[in-house]
Amino acid sequence: MKVSYFPGCTLKTKAKDLDRYARESAAALGVELAEIEAWQCCGGVFSMATDEIASKLSCVRALADAAKQGQPLVSVCSACHNVLKQTNHAMQTDETFASRVNNYIAPDAPYHGQTKVLHFLELLRDEIGWDAVRAAVKKPLTGKKVGAYYGCLLLRPSKTMAMDDPENPKIIEDFIRAIGAEPVIYPYRNECCGGYVTIEDAALSKKKSMQVLDSAQGAGAELLVTACPLCRYNLDKNGEGKLPVVYFTELLAEALGLKED
Amino acid sequence: MTKNERMKEQILRTSGVNPLKCMRCGKCSGTCPSYDEMEYHPHQFVYMVETGDIEPLLASKSLYKCLSCFACVDRCPRSVEPAKLVEALRLMVIRQQGANHFKADDIPALVDEEIPQQLLVSALRKYSK
Ligand code: SF4
Ligand code: SF4
Repeated sequence: MKVSYFPGCTLKTKAKDLDRYARESAAALGVELAEIEAWQCCGGVFSMATDEIASKLSCVRALADAAKQGQPLVSVCSACHNVLKQTNHAMQTDETFASRVNNYIAPDAPYHGQTKVLHFLELLRDEIGWDAVRAAVKKPLTGKKVGAYYGCLLLRPSKTMAMDDPENPKIIEDFIRAIGAEPVIYPYRNECCGGYVTIEDAALSKKKSMQVLDSAQGAGAELLVTACPLCRYNLDKNGEGKLPVVYFTELLAEALGLKED
Repeated sequence: MTKNERMKEQILRTSGVNPLKCMRCGKCSGTCPSYDEMEYHPHQFVYMVETGDIEPLLASKSLYKCLSCFACVDRCPRSVEPAKLVEALRLMVIRQQGANHFKADDIPALVDEEIPQQLLVSALRKYSK
């Protein structure tokens, strides 16, 4: 199976492990992540303003490119996925926005949100399937107590993201089980780490990150997995070494026997 | 039309929010991770925009404390989506000439070795035009 792939800026720089192990793991599972040509930064955050158009164009170009290939558009970073999916939803539902965008970028064929936007976790669950993942595991992470850190962007706004139940999600826990480890459910797994406000108010993000880490540690997690470079940065920087935080793709590659420790 | 009425109209248009749907249950503020840092809380944004009490919101640092976590958007029982008002008010301020809250020139002093590009891009998108 071949899918279009949108890596995103941070996966080319500070979060190379998120990208590299996604590609290697996908290949081992029989999926080719075909990086789309000339993609541009998603912008990191989706503007909720209905009259904000220019900042959403890069996503539409990527979505239209995938439509041309007739392939779903996959990304691994929570933020890229969130912005792509919300932009796609706006192209499907907001006719004024869609016509302005189409008039401006003039794609080969008018784009109205036909591309299926998938997070890598959805690719695992819906296209590959947990059974196939489990069958491909060579080094199960038996006994490892792993906390899923969803944060905000994978799940919300849930009507648009439609990945999982926003209050009782299980996609990452199912992933953790598939690689042979033990998921740890904890109260703050879908609360905010402080996000970009860390640059405006470092104390606020410290407080938010600590709440997440204390909550996970209290429930018995030995490490956390995330799909978001910003979550990882905030938790690492504010966490004082409380709990290690790794990308879920690192654990996947480890379990598939693709990673040297 | 008074200045306040014009501002209210602009905010409602940009945000797409209808404050009249709000039943003032306070769930949005109860779930807001920035509650302690905010001078005005999400439910107050809704109420104050509705009553046209807009100037204090425009002048408040609360505009820069919203984490865009979508908790109030998802958990509001009436789908009012207060974060969209916070966004529209912040844009009303920073879209003015010379009113960017965060500038590219500020960046070198704030970065460390590990900072992800995602953080800087997001902050620029939220705090400047
Ligand atoms: S949660 Fe919704 S209905 Fe309740 S106060 Fe907030 S905006 Fe109003
Ligand atoms: S989106 Fe902003 S206002 Fe709403 S709950 Fe999150 S931080 Fe609070």
